[in-house]
Amino acid sequence: MNLTTKILIVVMALGLAACKNPNRYGADGANGAGMTQGGLGDPSNPASPAYFNQTVGDRVLFAVDQSTISDQGRMILAGQAQWLNTNSNYAVIIEGHADEQGTREYNLSLGAKRAAAVQDFLISQGVAAARMRTISYGKERPLAICSDEECYSKNRRAVTVLQVGGGL
Amino acid sequence: MTLLRLIAALVLMTLPAHAELTIRFTDGEIEPMPFAAPNFIDEGGAGQFATDIARVVASDLQGTGLFREVGAEAYISQITSFDAPIAYADWKAINTQALITGAVQASGDQISVKFRVFDVFTGEQLGDGLQFAGTQATWRRMAHKVADAVYSRITGEGAYFDSRVVFVAESGPKNQRQKRLAVMDYDGANVQYLTDSSSIVLAPRFSPNGDRILFTSYASGFPQIYLMDVGTLAVRALGEQPGTMTFSPRFSPDGNRVAFALERDGNSDLYLLDLATMQLTQLTNSPSIETAPSFSPDGSQIVFESDRSGEQQIYIMSAVGGEATRVSNGKGRYGTPVWSPRGDMIAFTKQNEGRFHIGVMMTDGGEERLLTSSFLDEGPTWAPNGRVIMFTRESAGAEGQAQLFSVDVTGRNLRQIVTEGPSSDPAWSPLLP
Repeated sequence: MNLTTKILIVVMALGLAACKNPNRYGADGANGAGMTQGGLGDPSNPASPAYFNQTVGDRVLFAVDQSTISDQGRMILAGQAQWLNTNSNYAVIIEGHADEQGTREYNLSLGAKRAAAVQDFLISQGVAAARMRTISYGKERPLAICSDEECYSKNRRAVTVLQVGGGL
Repeated sequence: MTLLRLIAALVLMTLPAHAELTIRFTDGEIEPMPFAAPNFIDEGGAGQFATDIARVVASDLQGTGLFREVGAEAYISQITSFDAPIAYADWKAINTQALITGAVQASGDQISVKFRVFDVFTGEQLGDGLQFAGTQATWRRMAHKVADAVYSRITGEGAYFDSRVVFVAESGPKNQRQKRLAVMDYDGANVQYLTDSSSIVLAPRFSPNGDRILFTSYASGFPQIYLMDVGTLAVRALGEQPGTMTFSPRFSPDGNRVAFALERDGNSDLYLLDLATMQLTQLTNSPSIETAPSFSPDGSQIVFESDRSGEQQIYIMSAVGGEATRVSNGKGRYGTPVWSPRGDMIAFTKQNEGRFHIGVMMTDGGEERLLTSSFLDEGPTWAPNGRVIMFTRESAGAEGQAQLFSVDVTGRNLRQIVTEGPSSDPAWSPLLP
């Protein structure tokens, strides 16, 4: 087995794991959100959700107590917009999250601001508003669970979650 | 004559004219009043209740930090009947200052409890004896009522033991926390779960008479506010508007309206919902975050948090909206304001230099006092008498868990409320009828 094959297998395994266990907020997912999750497909296929999640990048990160999108975030979101404009059969839910350094209800508002900032950017890039919904999880669904900046920086995020077959 | 001197640190403490027992503070340290609560007399069928009720009374009083129980092993004389004369010298000899005697009678499903309080040093009964009756299932409530009466007679303050707390019971790892609404007695007993863990639930609040609970749930897939009937556990969504998130609901003091935060296009503002007409009124209109409203006890004003200045701070406005005045003015971020039942203070969460604090301030922002400090303290709620504050304390790290704590408004007597599992977001009920 050559190195490329090995990497591909690892990536596919990750893709499969992500299908059953999207690491957006943990194994039990949106907790009764009633969302449907289809197969993520082959990440080497540019039209697959796996490609969107891994190669385009499904999330942007934020500074402490901020909802302004960074330059790097704008690049990722431009890629998301391009992908969504090409693959118009997907709708998205944009999830805003905060780290644990904040009170619960304030963090709900902060997560909502982050999700809305992403939505606004995607709209500016031509993605139809009707294809998008936002939700805030505040600090309820951290991705990384340590209590250091290393984890906090991963938790201050907005994740664009594809909804299979929900597009226009 | 007064046996002990009262130092004014007991906030708003006014002693009834006949009260002789007081609690001493020396150099800011409290000297708890020694009391004895011998097992109540079994006047027929009481069995274990006679002991258990006395234990709960003693636990309530001792838990305030204002009283210290003198244990039965020190007793010289025993209470053999409810109406027998008190051997004051025997109780004085073991330095007991307050003596609580009681008797319990049970038959069928019913139970009745009576009690008296004595000032050992003056050799007088403090107030009249009282009797409570009810079903056996309510025996702990009757014990709390006895303790409430004793507490009020000695301190001159309102009572709070016969009350409940609604909270969020947590389980599971930090990145997939399961949450259920639950209620318990103020001391952690009699837990009842109100929802299952299929949806995230947050920040419940009791109605002013305890008959309903407001909370936020992700049951629809998105955060929305709900109203639960405590008797039937029936739940209905309030003012659902597609494309918005609603959260942070709080009752008005008359129980007829709900102030809450509504988020649209990323911006959170405060709204008021009339529960009878379902008419919605917008209270704030600002591009900043406005959330966590709390009514003044007279219903005329609302304290809330906003980051309109660039960071989270506390403001007060009229309950019909309009101009708001900033009241927090110290260093750091201030949130989750809660107006005290006495109307004179606001409890809050403060974040400063990487620490969280529960604090209180006067309604003009003056006399700020931080009561706690930890990695993460948040969400204060007031006991019905405005004397004690309960809040969430969460420990740091991957194994971090939320627990309930209470602290006296003076900053004394920090205690954990022991619950079955991790718990957060406590909200105190009014004193039960």
